[in-house]
Amino acid sequence: MSASSILRRKLKQYQNFILATLSFIIPLTVWSIVSYVPYVWHPKVEITVPGDVSYFSEGLLVDREIFEREKANVLAEGKAIPEGLPANPIYFPAPDEVASAFYTAFVTEPTRRNEKWLHESLWDSIKVIFWGFVISSIFGVPLGVLMGTYRIFSKLNEPFIEFFRYLPAPAFGALAVAILGIHQGPKIAIIFIGTFFQQVLVIANTTRKLDPMLVEAALTLGAKRTSLLFKVVLPGISTNLFRDLRILLGWAWTYLIVAELIGSSSGITWFITQQARYKNFDNVYAAIMMIGIIGLSSDIILRLIGKHLFPWEQHKSLS
Amino acid sequence: MNKLDLPSYLDQSDEVKARFDKLKQRPVILNIKNLTKIFETPTDDVVALKALNFKTYRREFVCVIGPSGCGKSTLIRTLAGLETKTSGQVLLDGNEIDGPGPDRGMVFQGYTLFPWLSVKRNVMFGLEIAGHGKGPAEEDALQWIDLVGLDKFADAYPHQLSGGMKQRVAIARALANKPRILLMDEPFGALDSQTRAKMQSYLLDIWRNIDVTILFITHDLDEAVYLADRVLVLKANPGEVQEIVEVPVPRPRNPEQFLSPEFLATKARLEELIHPADSEDPELPGDHMNMMNMVPVDDDVDHVE
Repeated sequence: MSASSILRRKLKQYQNFILATLSFIIPLTVWSIVSYVPYVWHPKVEITVPGDVSYFSEGLLVDREIFEREKANVLAEGKAIPEGLPANPIYFPAPDEVASAFYTAFVTEPTRRNEKWLHESLWDSIKVIFWGFVISSIFGVPLGVLMGTYRIFSKLNEPFIEFFRYLPAPAFGALAVAILGIHQGPKIAIIFIGTFFQQVLVIANTTRKLDPMLVEAALTLGAKRTSLLFKVVLPGISTNLFRDLRILLGWAWTYLIVAELIGSSSGITWFITQQARYKNFDNVYAAIMMIGIIGLSSDIILRLIGKHLFPWEQHKSLS
Repeated sequence: MNKLDLPSYLDQSDEVKARFDKLKQRPVILNIKNLTKIFETPTDDVVALKALNFKTYRREFVCVIGPSGCGKSTLIRTLAGLETKTSGQVLLDGNEIDGPGPDRGMVFQGYTLFPWLSVKRNVMFGLEIAGHGKGPAEEDALQWIDLVGLDKFADAYPHQLSGGMKQRVAIARALANKPRILLMDEPFGALDSQTRAKMQSYLLDIWRNIDVTILFITHDLDEAVYLADRVLVLKANPGEVQEIVEVPVPRPRNPEQFLSPEFLATKARLEELIHPADSEDPELPGDHMNMMNMVPVDDDVDHVE
């Protein structure tokens, strides 16, 4: 048995499915245990009966120590004792609260007329990501491929790009607003800056990893410069290029929140900051999860598209 | 094996002799004149090939053998145009070669089929680049695929094929360009011995059926004697022609000839040329195993009572 068969043993389809399900169930179970089993954490007490403690009221959350101290005080004075249930802090809602917030967030009408429904905010966010990523790719993919293929392009561009990629994209926020206004423009620009410079380097590197034997074989079959680029280099790197783009799209999402804070706050970020201000943390969690769900499902869709685009890759898993 | 009384490898039957006489009347396809290749490294220059002179005739099958480091691969890569020569001339049909081109087909040791193309599209690759229309190219490609016996796999992708099948497609792909010479760089080196033997027979069949000259690098002496009309023996450091051996084994060849006296005599000669009896590996002087006896002394594997 080879080393790879021991270390990276292939799993059966149903095993893969079970493990994938477990990878979600395990954190959900931990969350549920901490939320529903009393005294696992529960550092607070939610008052059900205020008793004779002057500042207690029904529904108030107090630290458990304070509750015990006040309870001892009123007990000593012979007054009515307060009652309460163990509770978690408000910033740690239980799964069912988040689940119902997830639903109500979509069906709740905006409080003001000029505000947007949640699905509209989400759609705004998706558009920002989409345009930022597409504009970046229109320039980044060809430049990366050229840099990976021809040394002259890489020597001409790589030093500057290596420098520029260390500049944090959000640092350009104020500048982007000054140039592009306060609406979608600067947000798209931040996604672009955050994606483009990494993208060029990653794709140049992927291009360099093309098996040189394939290029040599093509040369002996009569391929010249242009045909080499379009008939060997591009198809040869296409599967890895597609995977790079999937990973880079994930990175683009990580710039979203910062991008949307620039200029007039919009999209899912506007929703999150708004809800956090009202201490509706269940809504905040729901919104964060929506980002995860959109990201993961877009990746799954892209992976399925990849399977159709690259039928010769089916023996390998497009991970 | 005990020493056998073998004839001299220089003895040729009348039939074989007549064949060589005819062969040398044919036009010269590849003419190598004083070919020298020097690799420049920061510390010093390495002479890989030194003043090589050699000719191949039309439809000849030439094998190249030599100890490791003799520049076999450098030679074939230079002929293919993948390396530039330092000095000398390489003439194909009397014209100097300039870079890689479809007139010199190449089959590599590693698998170099384009994984994103089906077998058919792989074979069509050179034809399409040469400007043949898709229809004629496809028709042509299917014929070549048929010739290497893979017509059932025309639409398969390379990863679905075995190693031997991949190399057959690579041969078909190179031949589809109708090259003047087919350069083969240890093409069967990665195959198991059974597949390798089959591939050798396939290759001889293909070669018999089409008008192509073959230059074939190998380190397997049996393979060289079995396939070649002549064997070019190179010597290492620097790579120079040591001897050009005319194989006295009659054609058509078949695997039974492996034990014929001419075959064994030729192989013995090649053996002598690349592994001289008194030689030590020049790269690793004093490279030998220190055998200590690590089992009880009375535990003898050679003499079991």
